[in-house]
Amino acid sequence: MLTAGIDIGSITAKAAILQDDTLLGTRVVFTGYNASQAGKTVMTDLAKDTGIPMADLAAVVATGYGRNSVEFATKSITEITCHGAGAHFLNPNVRFIIDIGGQDSKVIKVDGAGRVLDFAMNDKCAAGTGRFLEVMARALEVDLDGFGDFCLKSTAPSKISSICTVFAESEVISLISKGESRENIIAGIHESVASRVAALARRVGVVEPVMMTGGVAKNICAVRALERKLETEIQVSPHAQVNGAIGAAVLAGRLKVKAQS
Amino acid sequence: MAEQPDKTTSSPTKEPSKDLEKERRKIKSVAKMKEIMTTYYIDAKTARDNGKKVAWITSGGPVEFLIAMDVIPVYPENHGAMIGASKMGVDLCEKAEEMGYSRDLCSYARSDIACSVTNGGPIGGLPAPDFLVCCNNICGTVLKWYEVAARYYDVPLFILDTPFIHTSFSESAKKYVIAQTYEYIAFLEKQCGKKMDYDRMNDVARLAVEGLRLWQAVLDTAAHKPAPMTAFDAFFHLALIVTLRGTQITVDYYKQLLDEMNQRIKDGIAMVPNEKYRLLWDNLPVWYRTKWLSDKFASHNACLVGDTYTSAWSGVMDLIDEHNFIETGAVAYSSVYINVSLDMMMETLEKLIKKYDVDGLVMHSNRSCKPYSLGQYDLQKRVMKELNLPTLIIEADMVDERSFSESQIETRIDAFMETLKG
Repeated sequence: MLTAGIDIGSITAKAAILQDDTLLGTRVVFTGYNASQAGKTVMTDLAKDTGIPMADLAAVVATGYGRNSVEFATKSITEITCHGAGAHFLNPNVRFIIDIGGQDSKVIKVDGAGRVLDFAMNDKCAAGTGRFLEVMARALEVDLDGFGDFCLKSTAPSKISSICTVFAESEVISLISKGESRENIIAGIHESVASRVAALARRVGVVEPVMMTGGVAKNICAVRALERKLETEIQVSPHAQVNGAIGAAVLAGRLKVKAQS
Repeated sequence: MAEQPDKTTSSPTKEPSKDLEKERRKIKSVAKMKEIMTTYYIDAKTARDNGKKVAWITSGGPVEFLIAMDVIPVYPENHGAMIGASKMGVDLCEKAEEMGYSRDLCSYARSDIACSVTNGGPIGGLPAPDFLVCCNNICGTVLKWYEVAARYYDVPLFILDTPFIHTSFSESAKKYVIAQTYEYIAFLEKQCGKKMDYDRMNDVARLAVEGLRLWQAVLDTAAHKPAPMTAFDAFFHLALIVTLRGTQITVDYYKQLLDEMNQRIKDGIAMVPNEKYRLLWDNLPVWYRTKWLSDKFASHNACLVGDTYTSAWSGVMDLIDEHNFIETGAVAYSSVYINVSLDMMMETLEKLIKKYDVDGLVMHSNRSCKPYSLGQYDLQKRVMKELNLPTLIIEADMVDERSFSESQIETRIDAFMETLKG
């Protein structure tokens, strides 16, 4: 059975197509201002990539902040439940997921079947999210893709005391003017994100093994900083960024099973 | 109160049968309640013309003494709730911020202070007070808020200080509060230019206790499955036990409401059609979003059957001996839900969770109400660990809509319900 999942986040829209237990393909596009259009685009692109016409899909589940604007979706399910299902699909042993996306960070505790036991999300603040890193990368004129690699060269991470994205940006600017190295500032920024997310993780209570998902999981420095704070190894799948979409496709498969039974 | 009576119904539809169903679910006493509250505010606003005195009093303050002295009690906090429900909070809060009050202050305080200056809000401001009565059993903010009002209106202020209860109420604390109650009576006698009529006082005390018992009985009807009313209805019907406690009107009204609830149980009328999940609410309502939240939960077949807020008034009624109201009332007022330790709050929570037999707890982390919100994460942990009950925390504010993020709250509620459904 063919199913698809679409995850419309604040920065990127992701899609995944599954044939039962096999991942056939994934795709990421920028969301832009029109979430509904981004959903259509990412799905059409993926259909083209995989050569699977949308009409062949048994069910489509939409998730993410734009989940209710995907008109062709069979059902919408929150990203919390989808990330649980996605991580379980990628590694059934995972019991704890840290997802850092564009505008929020969340921690999810799951059982052996990938079902959500408890979760927590950041409050109304962009600190500790992908957007925070994006703003900082821009302030430091570093390409986001290579942002994480910088801190591997840091000798002593700077101390970023502000937890507010806007204030932290001015703090970074004053560090630059004091002559702090870019590597140390970048390492400090990642420490700050990791502290914030680690506190969120402890609120729920970390259970091993831990997996990190979301776009920020591609940032090696963020992953290492979190590992140090939480004193645990963190798995990162090559599909980390599209984990929500994969989970949505997994859940779409169960929908169909339910409908048929 | 300015809420809509049909607030607890699910998605609107044009089909006549569904309309009838919706009509059947409406609480009929709402009309009477609105009439009582309208009359009450007209009386308060025209008090001076009728030679009556007006006192502003905090929501947890001992209003019975004012009623016994024929003073009309007016509640800035109830006013704040009305402002919130009328979605007028943001403008008024911004006005207060322009005046120099920090955005971190309570939104009841900010919006009410702004109303004093602008005569704005849903009822054009509260009638000016002849004097003020402030009891700090509900928070510390009221002290400064009432001092501001005392300076602005240039009227006397009486402060009743109720020590926080960490483990138990000590004998010396008890003596301290009782002594202040006698000072309170002397203050009222001076302001009103007449002696307290203790026979009348006993009458008021009797009616207050009767009102509290009836209110608790109304709330208890939601223990029935399915619940004939929800916490959202309780938020609305609460106004009388706060503002007019100790009057016959309140007793009569809650008798009527209790009869209606019992009749609904007999007739099998549920407030949430297809009630499947029963939830308990913690903290004050999000006044400007009661309908949205109610619809949101109802769309998941979830019903908020109880809450810690509306039972806070009746929660201490067993401590009151109506024949010795002055002394026992002082202890009861000091023992309200948010003037006690987390251990004691946990006991109350556990009782409510069991009484209403709920499937989950929803905690509103209320930016305005620090004493209510502080400790919620610890309580959440204990509820999950000791009672194995799923718990959700949502962040918002009771009046200031700027602290409400719809998509974030929607995701949290949807995800929480997905977890409950398994």
